[in-house]
Amino acid sequence: MNTCLQTIADYGLRSIGFGERVLPRGTFTLCEQFTLIGSGLIWNVYFGVLSLLFGFGFATALAVAKASGNPWLRKPAEWFIFIFRGSPLFIQFFIIYEMLVLLPRGGITLGGILIATNWMTSAWAGALLVLFLNTSAYSAEIFYGALRAVPKGDIEAADAYGMTGWAKFRRVIWPTTLRLAWPAYTNEAIFLFHATTLVFFSGFPAFQQRGDALYYAKFFADKTFNPFIAYPIAAFYFILLTLTLITVFGMINRRLNRHLPAERRAKLRIRPQIVR
Amino acid sequence: MFSNCADPSQLEGLSWLLCYLTSGKHMMFYTSFFVVIALMLIVAPVALLFGFGGALAARAHFAPLRWFGKGYTSMVRGVPDIIFFLFVPVAMDQALEYLRYKMVCPPSDAPVWSNNEFNVCAAAKLPLSSSPQIYHEVYGFFLAVIAFAIVFGAFAANVLYGAMNAVPRAQLETAEAYGMSTAQVRRRILIPQMWTYALPGLSNLWLILIKATPLLFLLGVPDIVYWARELGATKSQIYDYPHPDWRLWYFLALLVFYLGMTRISEIILGRLTARLAQGQATMAGEAMRKAQT
Repeated sequence: MNTCLQTIADYGLRSIGFGERVLPRGTFTLCEQFTLIGSGLIWNVYFGVLSLLFGFGFATALAVAKASGNPWLRKPAEWFIFIFRGSPLFIQFFIIYEMLVLLPRGGITLGGILIATNWMTSAWAGALLVLFLNTSAYSAEIFYGALRAVPKGDIEAADAYGMTGWAKFRRVIWPTTLRLAWPAYTNEAIFLFHATTLVFFSGFPAFQQRGDALYYAKFFADKTFNPFIAYPIAAFYFILLTLTLITVFGMINRRLNRHLPAERRAKLRIRPQIVR
Repeated sequence: MFSNCADPSQLEGLSWLLCYLTSGKHMMFYTSFFVVIALMLIVAPVALLFGFGGALAARAHFAPLRWFGKGYTSMVRGVPDIIFFLFVPVAMDQALEYLRYKMVCPPSDAPVWSNNEFNVCAAAKLPLSSSPQIYHEVYGFFLAVIAFAIVFGAFAANVLYGAMNAVPRAQLETAEAYGMSTAQVRRRILIPQMWTYALPGLSNLWLILIKATPLLFLLGVPDIVYWARELGATKSQIYDYPHPDWRLWYFLALLVFYLGMTRISEIILGRLTARLAQGQATMAGEAMRKAQT
């Protein structure tokens, strides 16, 4: 038991560079596998949470742009969404990584200020950028669909109150859009967290063997030639992560629906039509 | 390929490019596109079959079968598909070799998993190390198909389970009133009627399948991603066609391929949806009926 606590102290934060540098060798204990794979989960949470947060804002803007009558706004939004939804995330990782590698090593001088660029190719920044763009496109399509489903009566009521422009959007259209989109958006969030496991398999290097949960799971499976322990551990962590997500999003869903009578509230349940 | 490509160092401009793009390695690159398309066309029906089984199991009256069905349908929701793609081929391979180990290997006391190795005698290896390269490739592809079919079967089971529940209860009751047995109701009413409800989900699943094919690369199958990395990497002067790092261009070509596949699929699936909506008791069917009269 004490050796396990020692293992947790040594490897619990291994994936972000604290603790023991050398990965375990020889025979791997269950404790070591649980600790390291759990340590890798930090990266999955980091990528998932940040890209979801940043993506939320951008997706709202994209959805409004796609619904707008002005072609100068609508066309770029449509193309952006089509490109990121129509191509595999795996390919997007490769392409954007190669693009970031092409940036000049020494940095770019903009108006006399030197902007360093070499950090962009590391996973914490580059992969986050890809995931941010990707989830923005998927979420934008969800929000766009919800935006079009806002009941006409709501908008007429807002007009009757004399609301226009920003006030109308902020107080009537946007809350309803969010409420209608929320079940689908929950789905998107779950599959985005699953997609974060691709990062270290797609060109982005795992600096000093600091990787995510699946990176360590594959490390153990490759070293022991036994897939029946490491992968189920990773799966276990992801089930926990998914359940946490469903709980959090369910709470937000209840809040978004709190003004509705019980039987009209949208339930969170799987929508296979909108799996990303 | 062409006779004037014999000495690449003498070529320049367009003819260099033409010779470069028709080199032997590039031909293998182009063939790998068909490997990817073949994978999609093989996986789709197999996954549909798995999904069908899963959905029917999830509706079964026999409890353990129902639990299995429910577990299978919900597994892809909690666990990333990539874990299955990494796990299933290795697990399948070891399971098959273990079975053969039981059958063909001389009995020994040494455990199969020990000292970080998986030890079976040479006769139990799959495929045998003496068999030609093509068997190894076909075997790898076969394992990839199984992995894809299991994952997409679970997605399909989800869709079909929902679609079966969406068939209006009145239709099934009418069939029962005509004296049909449960099996007859299922075969004659439930399954034919569910397709229109299943199609949006299945269409989306097809698009997801297209976008999941680059993961073949993770399974060690020489697919388009493998070749794009291989051909695009910097080629020094010792190669026939030296060039700097062109991987970006190769990946952009793959991007165009995938966008094209998505667009074509969307158009075809849109037409199919319209056809299946005809005469259905849904909003789409009602709209079509009104448009005709």
